Amino acid sequence: MSSGFHIVVCGSLVPDPLQTLEPVQGPAGPALKNEMVLPAVLDPWAGHSLYEAANLAKNTEGSKVWLVSLGPKAKLQQLMMTIAQKVGFELVVLDGPAGGFTDSAEVAGALAGAIEKIDGLDKSKLLLFGGCSSASRDAGATMQMIGEHLGITDQFLGVDELTVQADGSLKILERIEGGQYQISSCKGAPAVLAWATGSLPEPPNNPQVGMANMRTIMPALQKAQPAKVGAEGVSFEKVEVPVQQRQTKIVRDIPVEEIAEEIVAWLKG
Amino acid sequence: MEVDIVCVGFGPATGGFLTTLSKYLSGADGEAPAESRVMPGMPPQVLCYERADDISFGVSGLVTRGRSIKESFPDLDLSQIPMAHPVEEEQVLYLLDPHGASRRSPMLRNADRIIRALKAVLPYEEEAFRLPVIPPFLQKHGGMVLSLGQFNQWVGSQLMGSGTVQIWPGMPVRQALVEDGKVVGVRLVDQGTDKQGNPDTGFMPGMDLRAKLTVVGDGPVGPVSRRLDEEFGMPEGHHQRDWAIGMKMVVELPEGCDLKPGTVLHTFGYPEPEIFGFLYVYTEGLASLGIFVPSWMDSPVRTGYRYLQYWMQHPYLWRYLKGGTVRSWGAKSLQEAGKRGEPYLVGDGYARIGENSGSTNVLTGSGVDEAWATGVQLAEGVAQLYKEGKEFSKENLEAAYVQRRRESWVEKEGRVAEKARDGFQRSFVLGMIGMGLTGLSGGKLNLSGPVKKPHERIPSLEEYYKGKLTPEEIEVARNESAATGVGLNNLLLERCGWPKIEYDGKLLISQQDALLLGGKVQAPAGYADHVVFVRPELCEQCQAKVCIEACSGQAITPGENGGVPQFDREKCVHCGVCLWNCSQAREEGSERGNVEFVAGAGGLHSAEN
Repeated sequence: MSSGFHIVVCGSLVPDPLQTLEPVQGPAGPALKNEMVLPAVLDPWAGHSLYEAANLAKNTEGSKVWLVSLGPKAKLQQLMMTIAQKVGFELVVLDGPAGGFTDSAEVAGALAGAIEKIDGLDKSKLLLFGGCSSASRDAGATMQMIGEHLGITDQFLGVDELTVQADGSLKILERIEGGQYQISSCKGAPAVLAWATGSLPEPPNNPQVGMANMRTIMPALQKAQPAKVGAEGVSFEKVEVPVQQRQTKIVRDIPVEEIAEEIVAWLKG
Repeated sequence: MEVDIVCVGFGPATGGFLTTLSKYLSGADGEAPAESRVMPGMPPQVLCYERADDISFGVSGLVTRGRSIKESFPDLDLSQIPMAHPVEEEQVLYLLDPHGASRRSPMLRNADRIIRALKAVLPYEEEAFRLPVIPPFLQKHGGMVLSLGQFNQWVGSQLMGSGTVQIWPGMPVRQALVEDGKVVGVRLVDQGTDKQGNPDTGFMPGMDLRAKLTVVGDGPVGPVSRRLDEEFGMPEGHHQRDWAIGMKMVVELPEGCDLKPGTVLHTFGYPEPEIFGFLYVYTEGLASLGIFVPSWMDSPVRTGYRYLQYWMQHPYLWRYLKGGTVRSWGAKSLQEAGKRGEPYLVGDGYARIGENSGSTNVLTGSGVDEAWATGVQLAEGVAQLYKEGKEFSKENLEAAYVQRRRESWVEKEGRVAEKARDGFQRSFVLGMIGMGLTGLSGGKLNLSGPVKKPHERIPSLEEYYKGKLTPEEIEVARNESAATGVGLNNLLLERCGWPKIEYDGKLLISQQDALLLGGKVQAPAGYADHVVFVRPELCEQCQAKVCIEACSGQAITPGENGGVPQFDREKCVHCGVCLWNCSQAREEGSERGNVEFVAGAGGLHSAEN
């Protein structure tokens, strides 16, 4: 396909899940305890979609990748320093909160508005990528709503694999229950693809890619527009993150079978 | 790839350098006052590579007078930096030993008895004696408490907002490129290798970045710094033999704890006399606390984590900490040779700044502000050379940077501190007397003397525990440790009268849980292991294996049949303690032990530190 795709990836930062995340009641609703001091990482689902986008663009001549991110500007600056080394993209920034307690509909509205304003974006070539569970507390609603805003009705919301066929049509594997896949085909762009895992590992850091990206990232960050997203009208009855359970035991010279038996006994309680 | 300036490591020194340089490069009218020498028509291209996966990496709670930092940010608003707070109250405490198990000298035991006997009339509380006066050289009043991680993040965001410099985390620098005695840039580490460094899937050889100036600020155990020292040697009489391991936590204080933000506590004397401790109280109920275990503590089993747990439970501190929760944990080496460890600061095409350049002041117990200042001095020098259109030659850098540094307070105070801790080479009490003499006389009086290399100091277990444990008891403990995997020092400490640690699951947790709950090591695949046992035969004959007991993350474990230890980078927090805690000289007369600490990606991943 000579004309290529215009791939817009929606992806932003989340508090590092490796940290201790504890919800508290803030003045404006639920928040994470000590949120300002928590390190941020790229939402892992969005990460998958970004790597898939970069790979698709690399293999499809004439393609281009944009990354649209909504998050606190200062934290996004640091995040971009990490991911800009991995894949080539042009950045669009919305300066807003990232605590995870915003309403998916508001996030979707803001992102769709930003995508509409991208210079040179050809909607007929648009593949809208994002994480299947991003910005929705696992409800999987955000990408679908962005697609609706943009008038894209071909939507695939649990994608594991995308193949561009010889005729330019798309073959898409979506995960369904029981380890099965639903295989769909679609004529081509425009389409929404919310990625579940993808198959590409995180690319290594490449200083040259980083240098190339930085020429557009810095101005984009400086021009970041504030986005008013929150959870107006939404009330949270109860907020909690799963309790972590750790019972560490260091063992040495114990047969694998014994370790397995012990784990099974522990699981059975 | 060619750039103008490449920096190695993003810490306070590079922070100071880039902050000052970016102000110059921004120009008053928005136009860069200097032109790139590699890309004519462009502003100078300035890059910084940081090995950790985020520029917030760091495990240092710190108190600083912040003189140089405040000069860089005249309108510094501490409320903009999470956890930062002005110093409100300072105390220096001598902690007595409530268990009677520590290795105190008879003189120190007598001192404890006298303090207890006179406790009604002394500033005594909960087994601690508060120094009625803090010597001026130790005072930090007017300064601030900071999390180095949060501060670095804040500085990084200011820098990136300027758009004049680039900082790239997750990218270790393997070495400086040296051609005909000149440093011409750096080589990044290879990616896509197996653990031994052999090409594997997706192999990408480390890229060469040629630069007009290479700025090396890679910290206490920086591999680029060490390779430069090998290449160019050290100035006569200079050596880096004084180290300490800082074992630290950020703790959420329990509800009702009445320690106020800005409180600074420094302790000495417990759990062992050689170990110093600190507690800095931040905002929002958070505090940094930890201990320093120095190289002159002659223990072959110096397990910092265990000592930290005893220190926290000292009655004076435990009343504040009981019920608290670990939020993050980690460890970091401190290069404590200070001015005496100063390498050649400049050469053709390169300059050294920060901790590895000998800026840490061991008398005042400060290093961050000093490191920042050296970065500022270099940046001012670089700006001067740009204005004068001069090259980054050794001669020009001497005049523009080294001269500035020599005339600064960093140099003046560093000279005062140069011999401040020499007394500790002989004993704890002489060390304290020596420090006091040095501090109060402005460096005129010292208890100076020769400083041994760390590996020369380390005795056998039998020698160290002489009078406390018999060789037979030690052998039993050795066998038990080998059979159960329990650290040898844990067993030996308990045999010496230290109580078992009663885990509470929140603050008192196993070292592995600390790694899981508060450490969060990230060890990306595709890189070579960064801890290397250079001569396996030396490990095979080594009885002490301090690297195993001292390892902050329990990442080094016994090898097959007690031979070469195994290294698991999934647990390594990059503290570098193995580098200076090896009891085997690499070669006869060498300054270095048998462990090499090369450039590696990943490490501790926590900003709350």
